[in-house]
Formats: sequence, C-alpha cells, structure tokens
Amino acid sequence: MAIKKLGSQTILFKNPPSIIATGSIVGPKEGEGPLKNYYDVILNDDLKNEKSWEKCESKMQIDAINTALNKSNLTEKDIDYLFAGDLLNQIISSGFAARKLAIPFFGLYGACSTMTESLSLGAMAVDGGFADKVICVTSSHFSTAERQFRYPLELGNQRALTTQWTVTGSGAAILSSEDKGPFITHVTTGKVVDPGIKDVNNMGAAMAPAAADTIVQHFKDSGFKIDDYDLIITGDLATIGKGIALDLIKKEGFDITSIYTDCGIEIFDNKKQDTHSGGSGCGCSAVVFTGYIYKEMLEGNVNRVLLVSTGALHSPTSVQQGESVPGIAHAITISNKKD
Amino acid sequence: MKNINQKDYKNYVDGIVPKPTYLKNCIWAFIIGGLICTFGQFITELVMNYGLNKKEAATATPIILIFLGAFFTGLGLYDRLGKFAGAGSIVPITGFANSIVSPAMEFKREGYVLGVAAKMFSIAGPVLVYGFGSSVIVGIIYYFID
Repeated sequence: MAIKKLGSQTILFKNPPSIIATGSIVGPKEGEGPLKNYYDVILNDDLKNEKSWEKCESKMQIDAINTALNKSNLTEKDIDYLFAGDLLNQIISSGFAARKLAIPFFGLYGACSTMTESLSLGAMAVDGGFADKVICVTSSHFSTAERQFRYPLELGNQRALTTQWTVTGSGAAILSSEDKGPFITHVTTGKVVDPGIKDVNNMGAAMAPAAADTIVQHFKDSGFKIDDYDLIITGDLATIGKGIALDLIKKEGFDITSIYTDCGIEIFDNKKQDTHSGGSGCGCSAVVFTGYIYKEMLEGNVNRVLLVSTGALHSPTSVQQGESVPGIAHAITISNKKD
Repeated sequence: MKNINQKDYKNYVDGIVPKPTYLKNCIWAFIIGGLICTFGQFITELVMNYGLNKKEAATATPIILIFLGAFFTGLGLYDRLGKFAGAGSIVPITGFANSIVSPAMEFKREGYVLGVAAKMFSIAGPVLVYGFGSSVIVGIIYYFID
C-alpha cells in the first residue's frame, strides 16, 4: 500500500532525507550574475582546458560532485547511488561523468526539470531504505545546448526577445538518511502538460502551465497554506513564463505573488547581461538551488522552500516535424524542520 | 487544474510577449547593410582603377567580400555585428560567408569529414538548393518567353 502518498501526486516522507552538502560550479557569465557570491567554483572560461564543450560540461558534473563530497568528508565509496541527468543527446555529460566515478548510476532525462526529478528519486531511495547516501546532480552548458538545439555560436543572427540563455553550470546535492537538515519533506511529481506552443524561442510559455499545474496540485495534496512557505521558486520559466504561471495559479484560487520567483530570473541580470527573458537549462535550477537557496536555508534566512524545476520535453526533430513543446514540472519541499 | 484550451492560450501568450523592435531593427539593417554594399562598390571602383574591366571587377568584389565575411566570422566579430544589424549583415554576401564558416568552425571537433564538411552547408544549403532551383525554373520560363 502506498502509505506515504498524499492526494493524487504527492509523497510525504516518513524519514525525510537530509541534504548534507552541495556543490555548485558555473561558467564566467553566471559568475558575473547577481548570485556570484553563492557559487563554490566560477570558471574563467567555458572550455575549462578541455578539448570540447561537451567534455567541459561532463567535467563540471564531476567537479560539482567532488566539491560536495569534500565538504561532507565523504568519498565515492560512501555513496550508494548517483542520480544524474543533462540536456545532451543520450545524456552523455552524465554518463561520461559517471564513467569516472565508482558509484552505481541512474541516468535521468526530464529536460530542465531534471534537478528536482533527481532529488525526488534520490529522496525516495533514501526514505524507502534503499540507500543511506545518494548524490543528485545535473548540468547544462550554453555552448553544448546551442549547437544541439539552435545555431552555431558564430552565426550572425538575432535572438528573439522571448529566448532564454542556457546556463553553464552544474549543481550536486548529497542526500543522507541521517543529519540535521535541511530536509526534503514532500515530493510532488508533475504530469506532462502541453499547451500547444510551437515556438521553441518561447519556452517559458510552453512550461508555465505545467509548473502551475504541479504547484496547485502540491497545495491541494499536501494541505500546506501559502503562508507555510518562505519561497516558491520555479526552475526556468524566466520573465514571460513567470507572469503566465502567476496568472494561471491565481485563476485556481492561490495567490503566491509575494513569495514566488524563478531561478531563470534570479541567475542573470537580464538587462545588463543581455540574456533577454532569463536563464534556462538543467544547470539553472541546479546551481540556484545548490548555491543560493541551500546556503540561505543553512543561514536560516528561508526555512521552507518549494523548488519546482521546469522542463520542455521537445527535441530538434520533434520541432522540425511540427510537434508542439510539452512541459513538465516536479516540485520538492525543502524544509529546515522534519515536519 | 482544468485543461487548457490551446487556441485561447496561444492568443493569451501572443498578447503578453514583448513585441520585436521592428523600426529599430529596420533602421540598423538599412545602415549596416547599406555600409556593406557601399564598401562593395568602393572595392569595385578600386580594382577597376587598378586596371580590371567591369566583368573582372564583378568577380573580384564578391571574392574579397566573402573573404572578409569569413575572416571576421573567424575572429568572432561577425556575430556581434549581426546582433544589431540583423538582416543588414545577413542579406549581403558577407552574411552568406558567415552562414557557411560558422557551422564549419562549430563542428570542427566532430572531424573534417562528418564535422566540418558535412555541417558546412547546414544553414546555407537550403539557400543554395532553392536558389539554384528557382534560377533553373526562371531560366526555362525565360527561354520560352524570349
């Protein structure tokens, strides 16, 4: 019997896993953004002495993991499972990172929602008694994503005002069955919602309904009131998607305006850094969570957060064949208290 | 949450997205595109001064412009120009050079055959196919009308 399930899409953990350490690494542009003081490592160049951007992205995952391991005085041998994902075809960044690490590996793909997907599954493994310690990690890289999903970097075209900037970065979190928190207390797994958007330059609009759906369902399932949260933060809806999500959630009777923001908005100064609508990518919610939010929670500045990573489940092939862009969003509650 | 009516949602999204700055884009395209073309004319006059006839100058000018387009793409400057010039730097032949050199540079790591050579025409290819195609059709029509 699903004794830990609440309502239709939410889980309440009996032994909430503790996030004992995080590691965050970002590229130079992110390192100039408003959250620059929160990251563990800021790269000087986005190639990191590697031969290709793909190799660099994979190396960032390894470095994020090692940073988290060092902080918690653990080694690879102490970790039971690695839950990892990224945006590249066949998730090569994660697979090639896992190749260097002697940790049993689950490869995940949820587009940019992968960070909360990995934290959800990692937390379930720990709470379920299948693991004592797991690592959840994701990454993205501007240059690897551009060449896979869009155009060559040196092509002299103009970016639409609705486009977002893929974050170069990787964030890793170690979950443990024992420690003093912050804890993952709830997981709300999202359904795929397709609002029929075909414009790949407007991901925010494609993903906002999925985010709204998951957030509304989370409140219905968990019984939380809006005041119970200090912060609700989506993954990469950016400016356009944020406005839409707020509208849709308000229509369902929940006004979260005062405590809601988006990782894609927080990570860049859109005007100064010319990032148009904001940041995106698996790395966006990964580094904002493992860098900024986690440290703010340790300081006690925020005590309960709903992190909702958002993903667009399309591929260049599906777009060329005229398919719309379906959205997905997974929510996790992170709290300084176990209950 | 209730199901979303895709048509209503599209109308709603169209209403809130920021509108492209058409006028500003047009002005920039006009200025930069005009400057590139004027520079082309300057090259034509220059090489004719050096003794090339009109037909030879019409061959030399695009060769020089293509070289410059490729060169500034290699230096990583042409995409910066394209950011505000838009069509002004895409439409002239320098933009065509940029569209071939940029994927060639991008995919060098995938090798010279399946990377550089295969990807080189990924953007310019459709322009060539339909450019050649339409010129053949126009040629045939012209043949029968004339």
